[in-house]
Amino acid sequence: MPYKSQAVAKYYFVAAIALFVGQILFGLVMGLQYVMGDFLFPEIPFNVARMVHTNLLIVWLLFGFMGASYYLVPEEAETELYSPMLALGLFWIFLIAGALTILGYLLVPYATLAEITMNDLLPTMGREFLEQPTITKIGIVIVALGFLFNIGMTVLKGKKTVVSLVLLMGLTGLAVFFLFSFYNPTNLVLDKYFWWWVVHLWVEGVWELILGAILAFVLIKVTGVDREIIEKWLYIIIAMTLITGIIGTGHHYYWIGTPDYWSWWGSIFSALEPIPFFLMVVYAFTMVYKRRREHPNKAATLWALGTAVMAFLGAGVWGFLHTLAPVNYYTHGTQLTAAHGHMAFYGAYVMIVLTMISYAMPIIRGRAAANSERSQLWEMWSFWLMTVSMVFITLFLTAAGVLQTWLQRYTDAPLDFMTTQSKIEIFYWLREGAGAVFLIGLIVYIASFFVGSKDEERTVS
Amino acid sequence: MLKKNIHLPGDLAIWIFIFAELLVFAIFFIVYAVAKNQHPELFLLSQKSLDKTSGTLNTITLITSSYFVALSVLAMQENKVKQSVRWLLAAIVCGIGFLVIKSIEYQHIFSQGIGLDSNLFYMFYLSLTAFHFMHVVMGLIILSAVTVKAYNGGYNSQSMVGIETGASYWHMVDLVWIILFPLVYILP
Repeated sequence: MPYKSQAVAKYYFVAAIALFVGQILFGLVMGLQYVMGDFLFPEIPFNVARMVHTNLLIVWLLFGFMGASYYLVPEEAETELYSPMLALGLFWIFLIAGALTILGYLLVPYATLAEITMNDLLPTMGREFLEQPTITKIGIVIVALGFLFNIGMTVLKGKKTVVSLVLLMGLTGLAVFFLFSFYNPTNLVLDKYFWWWVVHLWVEGVWELILGAILAFVLIKVTGVDREIIEKWLYIIIAMTLITGIIGTGHHYYWIGTPDYWSWWGSIFSALEPIPFFLMVVYAFTMVYKRRREHPNKAATLWALGTAVMAFLGAGVWGFLHTLAPVNYYTHGTQLTAAHGHMAFYGAYVMIVLTMISYAMPIIRGRAAANSERSQLWEMWSFWLMTVSMVFITLFLTAAGVLQTWLQRYTDAPLDFMTTQSKIEIFYWLREGAGAVFLIGLIVYIASFFVGSKDEERTVS
Repeated sequence: MLKKNIHLPGDLAIWIFIFAELLVFAIFFIVYAVAKNQHPELFLLSQKSLDKTSGTLNTITLITSSYFVALSVLAMQENKVKQSVRWLLAAIVCGIGFLVIKSIEYQHIFSQGIGLDSNLFYMFYLSLTAFHFMHVVMGLIILSAVTVKAYNGGYNSQSMVGIETGASYWHMVDLVWIILFPLVYILP
């Protein structure tokens, strides 16, 4: 590890993985509740499980992004982190606040939670994905500001590379757009309109910059390809992301009461959102093909390539499936959305965080470059188990979504919601099975940190 | 038969970007055509209200600007740096002229109370031209950067990838307009 202060990333990575486990467990609970409605009721109702599942995802990804930044930025800037103490302090604040929030969801009714946290002073609760109590949201802003300050100061005092500047741009965007979660107008159209400024402009905007920067960093490290070439690709990918992604927000504005032109804008621009993801696949594979060194960390390279492919499939292809207004008219809010959401989040953001962890963790833990052969073997098994099971989760949900669209919306004699649900039950069972395999993959992943940790490091023979 | 070692002007990266951009416009044009096919009368009627003089003027301005950029590249090939910079400046002036004419046209349209919501034709007219407008702005930023570098002696006949890259992008902006103008302003 070139800089001592990079070690602070380890805390973030460990917390991220721990919360990841929580997310998957609640996912399995919900998956079962789809077919056994009263499972764990009244202790964990479906809406609470869903809230915990999605909130944990967001929080652990944020931990992942922050950890990745604390590792990446000092190395790019070629200087120690501005303040490792601040990074550590913010870590504990964020972890405790996050844990308390999740406990709040689980232990008291949501309305009570709103009351205890004095939501009425500045009401921001009660909206999907932004369920956090106002006080938690303020905490997130404080942590984000402190984090940006720390990262920004590090970049300022050191070398400014394209990779770290793109990362900083993405992180700043992340913080800025989160501020819209405090805007909670009574007009439902306006509410939804700006709600997407957090949700869409995060995942289909600024987060993609973070993804691009981290991927570029890891590719530079594992392939040894000239930085200039990788930076050029990064520029194009970012430009296309922003051109298509920003106006692409329109694909959420079809049916919420916004003007008609959004149907056209949303359809046209979001139809092109797969382009940057496609470029990312071409670029990742080209860079690995043109590699100028054999890096002993094969697992990290696998994760990097996997990220590009799965992000393209999940975000690009599965997003395109239902992005055109005439199609979305029938598919809106069906299981197709869930299929897309699962593969896109896994492919783009879960995998990029795991890519970074895969590259950085061995070095933070004292290895020269990579884990032992055995450890990497376990890690790569976990890659395939999680990735393939996620493909199946997506396929089963897609099948459920197509059937749902057909039975409930498209036919001459549409069925009601619950009758439709009972007809697609088989796919929910299959999805739950695939989810269980995913959990096994996750257990193998965690085991890979312990298996073969005393073996000799893998070297390039 | 393909000649080997064809010279690709500018950076390969800009060509990937140009193709991606052209794809965006192509899809926009196709959707426009489909919508027009569905509402031929509405499109024809609204189209008549557009200021064709302004559109024609802008076409001439942009083609001239592209010509200047080409001259600038030719000058640089002969190491005539000052001349090259002058052509670049001329191209930028034309580009700004395009923006001014376009803004006057918009002002005229908006003063009539026409907006994105007025009808489908105006939605397309405003979206397409505004999207192109932003590309002209982007092109001008690129040309300005190239001009500054050229002025500071950053290019010569042996090293002119940057200036070719800027020129290629500018020609794309021009090309799109050459399709956009007849499609939206003229074609019945």
